[in-house]
Amino acid sequence: MPDAPAPGGDPFAALRRATPARVGLGRVGQGLPTAPMLAFQLAHARARDAVHAELDVERVRAALGGSSLVVHAAAPDRAAYLADPDLGRRLDDGSPVLPRGDFDLALVVADGLSATAVHAHAAAVISALIARLPDWTLAPVVIARQGRVAIGDPIGAALGARAVVVLIGERPGLSAADSLGAYITWDPKPGRRDSERNCVSNIRPPGGLSPDQAADKIAWLLGEARRLGFTGVDLKDREALADGPVTSRLGPA
Amino acid sequence: MYLSDLAGTRHSFKDLKALLAAATPFRSGDQLAGIAAGSAEQRVAARYALADLPLKTFLQELLVPYEDDEVTRLIVDSHDMAAFAPISHLTVGAFREWLLSNETGGEQLAAIAPGVTPEMAAAVCKLMRNQDLIAVARKIGVTSAFRTTLGLPRRLSVRLQPNHATDDPRGVAASILDGLMLGCGDAVIGVNPATDNIETARDLLELIDRLRQRLEIPIQSCVLTHVTNTLELIELGAPVDLTFQSIAGTEAANRGFGVDLGLLAEARDATLALGRNPLSDNVMYFETGQGSALSADAHHGVDQQTLEARAYAVARPFRPLLVNSVVGFIGPEYLYDGKQITRAGLEDHFCGKLMGLPMGVDVCYTNHACADQDDMDDLLTLLGVAGVNFVMGVPGADDVMLNYQSTSFHDALYVREALGLRPAPEFEDWLSRNGLIDDTGRILETKDAQRLLLDHLDHA
Repeated sequence: MPDAPAPGGDPFAALRRATPARVGLGRVGQGLPTAPMLAFQLAHARARDAVHAELDVERVRAALGGSSLVVHAAAPDRAAYLADPDLGRRLDDGSPVLPRGDFDLALVVADGLSATAVHAHAAAVISALIARLPDWTLAPVVIARQGRVAIGDPIGAALGARAVVVLIGERPGLSAADSLGAYITWDPKPGRRDSERNCVSNIRPPGGLSPDQAADKIAWLLGEARRLGFTGVDLKDREALADGPVTSRLGPA
Repeated sequence: MYLSDLAGTRHSFKDLKALLAAATPFRSGDQLAGIAAGSAEQRVAARYALADLPLKTFLQELLVPYEDDEVTRLIVDSHDMAAFAPISHLTVGAFREWLLSNETGGEQLAAIAPGVTPEMAAAVCKLMRNQDLIAVARKIGVTSAFRTTLGLPRRLSVRLQPNHATDDPRGVAASILDGLMLGCGDAVIGVNPATDNIETARDLLELIDRLRQRLEIPIQSCVLTHVTNTLELIELGAPVDLTFQSIAGTEAANRGFGVDLGLLAEARDATLALGRNPLSDNVMYFETGQGSALSADAHHGVDQQTLEARAYAVARPFRPLLVNSVVGFIGPEYLYDGKQITRAGLEDHFCGKLMGLPMGVDVCYTNHACADQDDMDDLLTLLGVAGVNFVMGVPGADDVMLNYQSTSFHDALYVREALGLRPAPEFEDWLSRNGLIDDTGRILETKDAQRLLLDHLDHA
């Protein structure tokens, strides 16, 4: 292979050490060698599988322990969920009536764009979070199928909760298909804007936040939300909390 | 009210924007907005009606009211009647035939550009097959220049996109060096920063500027942050070659991006005043994408492809160096799969070129869209044939910060080789002088050239 990197040490090793980006891949003709080509396909396959994975409700309930409720968003299936984001933000008419109570906090687990992430990390985050909230009255955990972030609004409102935390599978990238996000919304009700929420993203041990680190951040945000009486960009700005990336890129990808 | 009678069935469309929406090839975003054709037959019926419509109609019937929208006012007030004259008698269907005609060459196409409104471009686009979009676009040459000249015949340039999840300078530098060794970066070295931090943006600009000066590379750089951040960077004395901004086709959608025409003009003036290249007035870089207005709830019931063409009308007066659609990035609720992304990529390139803009395309998809790298290979090849000015170069096609897949340095090498395309001339000379390419333009891997670049990692 005349195009292979020069023998006697890999000149690209230093580049690869400097970034997780796919640098120094080698070259055959103009194309990729077989190994990095297949590595890319494997990463994409995992991401696609995560997007289309069905939430295993019984597995999540078992991992959570205690009592939990199951609801379904208005999206009948994944195709509809992907084509119309609003369907994932509303409860299906057939969902059970949620018990209204005097709750400080509702906890929602939703598949989002990665059931893989929910299977892997949701129960551990819930358990770490509950341990940090001894003086909060908690509603039963609600598991939402085909849910987007805003599904927490009708759920929180139905339960009569003063705040809601939605744990949801984030859109998979090639480097991680199991990243979980946590969205905190004070006074949840349908119509809340995304700018009225706070987010802790990239929960995925070992590459991202651990359940304990994530629970610390979520508990801190909840404490601030209770003190201030709101969530959203103003809360984030004031405390400069290390958050998910802010990009100038177009649109809600 | 617009009517179309097909073999005894009458199809009616309540106004011009309903007609345009119904005539558009199927895509999820128009379906989501509730404006897509109700049936396959209705879609073709709309095309029949559209084909008979005089182009002049678009000067009389406005899709978004003049009083409500500064983009509409810009389109109407800057319309060049003299440039429009040669096509003013045509219907949309006849305009398609005029564009395809062998009698219509690059000069005529360039001459009418200031007379083509985005609505006219979008309308004719809806009557064109993919091959028509390619055949006409490849006749249109639009050049722009800063330190390199982009858009020349038989040339394909690459935006080197060295993103890093934490903006680590050494990590960004590693991706830049990898791309330069693979002959990419002649359109711009453009970083999407992970945060809106001004100091970080300045560090990145200085990093690239040091590299440029030390290795004497004819390139320009850009940190793709909000225009107000770039104004701040200019104020701080950072080396700003180009000012970036995402733009859309309505005033309300642009407000969602935190910009208006006045702010864009202010940013351009400030960038020009730096005088970093007194020979060039192409100092703006714009990104657009079908669906951005709907996602901002600012679409006025107009279909997403027409609104995308209106975004090019926003770009036009600012004489940008680069405009690219981020076609597959906005998500499957707007473009569902590889077929829709491919069609939209060709539409965006065609409409931009027809309106006289230096168009590139971010050939890309997200992991919740039904698409893969094979779809990107197809669209990249089609755009290469269509004469696209530039595409993206992301290491291994995997953007580790924005979490989506685009085209890679290798992909750019493939399409240049397959279609006989070369980098921008100034950059090609630099590659050649430094032993990075051979006489045929193929990449060389000489140890001296590699060492020259790799050594720079320690200066990052």
